[in-house]
Amino acid sequence: MTWALGTGAAAALGGCQESRSPRESRDSRVTLTFWNGFTGGDGAYIKKLVEQFNQASPGIQVKMNIYLWADFFQKVPGAVISGQAPDVCVMHLDGIPTNAARSIIMPIDDIAQSLGLKASDYTSQEVWEGGLYKGKRYGIPFDMHPLGMYYNKGVLRRAGLDPEKPPRTGDEYMAALEQLKGKGIQGHWMAPFLFTGTFQFESLLWQFGGELFDPGVTRATFDSDAGVQALTWMVDLVKKGYSPPNVGQDADFIAFQNGQNAFNWNGIWQINALDEVPGLEWGPAPIPRIGPQEAVWGNSHQFVLMRQRSPDPRKLEAARTFIQWMSQRSVEWLESGKIPVLQRVAESPEFKSLEKQGQFARQAPYIRFPPAVAGISDALAMVDKAVNQAVLGKASPADALKAAAAQATQVVRDNHEKYGD
Amino acid sequence: MDTQAPIRRAGRATPYLFLAPYLVLFGVFVVLPGLYGLWISLHDWDFLLPRKPWVGLRNYQNLFSPESRDFGDFWQSMKATGLFTLFSVPFLVVVPLTVALLLNREFPGRTFFRAVFFAPYVLGVAVVGVLWRFLLDPNIGLINNMLSASFPWTTDLPWAWVSLVGMTVWWTLGFNAIIFLAGLQDISRELYDAAKVDGANRWQQFLHVTLPGLKPVLLLVLTMTILGSANMFGQSYLVTRGAPANETRTAIMFIADTGLRTFRMGNAAAMSYVLALALLVVSAFNFRLLRHEDM
Repeated sequence: MTWALGTGAAAALGGCQESRSPRESRDSRVTLTFWNGFTGGDGAYIKKLVEQFNQASPGIQVKMNIYLWADFFQKVPGAVISGQAPDVCVMHLDGIPTNAARSIIMPIDDIAQSLGLKASDYTSQEVWEGGLYKGKRYGIPFDMHPLGMYYNKGVLRRAGLDPEKPPRTGDEYMAALEQLKGKGIQGHWMAPFLFTGTFQFESLLWQFGGELFDPGVTRATFDSDAGVQALTWMVDLVKKGYSPPNVGQDADFIAFQNGQNAFNWNGIWQINALDEVPGLEWGPAPIPRIGPQEAVWGNSHQFVLMRQRSPDPRKLEAARTFIQWMSQRSVEWLESGKIPVLQRVAESPEFKSLEKQGQFARQAPYIRFPPAVAGISDALAMVDKAVNQAVLGKASPADALKAAAAQATQVVRDNHEKYGD
Repeated sequence: MDTQAPIRRAGRATPYLFLAPYLVLFGVFVVLPGLYGLWISLHDWDFLLPRKPWVGLRNYQNLFSPESRDFGDFWQSMKATGLFTLFSVPFLVVVPLTVALLLNREFPGRTFFRAVFFAPYVLGVAVVGVLWRFLLDPNIGLINNMLSASFPWTTDLPWAWVSLVGMTVWWTLGFNAIIFLAGLQDISRELYDAAKVDGANRWQQFLHVTLPGLKPVLLLVLTMTILGSANMFGQSYLVTRGAPANETRTAIMFIADTGLRTFRMGNAAAMSYVLALALLVVSAFNFRLLRHEDM
């Protein structure tokens, strides 16, 4: 796409717009630069939406750049400080406080107000409040994307299990895994990495009644009994032979597509990736309730505006139009594998026709998010480490969690000092 | 006499004038950033926060006090870097030398084989990383499939080191081989002829003619390879993700993580200087060793 390639130059122009005379710019169209990290199956959907927006709004031209999320979060600060910041971005709920504290994104209460957005419009209070930092609004919710369970119908049938009735509870799940094992199938491959081992751990931690941090996020608490129970359950899948040891990055998901395992707990964003696999019969379901209460990991994409050296009111106005247009059309976006944040959309017949998304949306009432405080990803990296260590059999769940939590506590204390929370 | 004085004075400036373009680049892109980095390492530095408090030598002290946040991770990453260097350098010197010796002989298709050995070097680390990640995957990778085994190539030790060293040798051996090849072609044929006349066999020729003739090249290759291996980043980052539990996370990877992902540039700068100092010591030792043998 040529318009994606030209964006570097467009960003450079955006940085020196003050040199243009006002009369000149009034005649020309407003160009907005829009950065995000939709490199997966959702990339095609965001491109389609932006193209539609450009056709629908002759006065505004949106130029989009897509980076890997990891690169995106590194590039954005540099772009802001060098005066070449994009105008609009999408970032995750837990990225908002860090970027707000570092003045990379700016408060947009006025935009939220002029769009007439209010808490009661949203399906999840946590998502709506996740856009706030120190009482000011920085993010406008676009979607939610929880973990969910994919099941391979062909494999279940082969093992004599009902392919239309995936297990819902811990006991059902274990019975299914046992039956699969009897047929020589390792049913649930346990990934030792962030994707998706950590997401599984966090979901289970909450299911067993634990928390990642104490309420003020001054101390890591994921080494609690609940945490040990959660991680032990994961490690036991390997020990009991329901998962091979040493699962490589993404190997669990590839094996699922090849019919080598039966269940994969993965992000809702994988829906379209699986639809593209020829001949694969699969179904979506909420993750089973292993612990005493329902809970599942999720996150939310939110629109944010970047701090500009010389803010341009016309661009702000254009950004408002763009964000409003995009969030109104969120059903088209949800097709890429997301669930709605707007009540109105969640209840619409258009969303109800998205059956697979609907299955994952059943989890909406109990989706849990990473804590929204500045610098939290630095502390969450310690959770990744503990999961990796334990699932690979390098340390017992309790030891791995204890060491990681001690370090994470140090990190959140440093962060409080650094960001002055 | 009067006419010669200005020339002599101009003559004194001449070498510096010749050096000037390089010195300007060196100053702007190496010395100044280096000094700036030193300044950063004395602060709690996040380039976007208004407050960058001066902390003196605390960032350095932290690296040497076991109760600090970075101590364990940093030295684990230094150890990973050290191990990788230790494991990879012998292969990265001996294998290319062997290849160069073979390719230096006359045989049909020699140019083709030179190209074959050099070819992987032109690939970017991202390509190499993705390629090997799929070949080496413990569960679904081609290599385990062909061996009908389940070696944990990317998730357990020592396999992860075998993988990282192996792919690095495959990827970069062409570069060292080319340098060795150039070195071999600089050795005068007459020395070999003289050695043959004296009754030296192939091995003796290699020991007494080839190796001494290659010494300067060997020193260059050895030093560059050690520094290159000590800067390893992409292979671990892409193939093992540092697994198991950060055991293969190299120093550069940890420094990048600290500075660019958690935005603690001051700490990252201090770590860089400790790493740089360690490499300086190794290189100095290296030069001494080889110069000593020369005499």
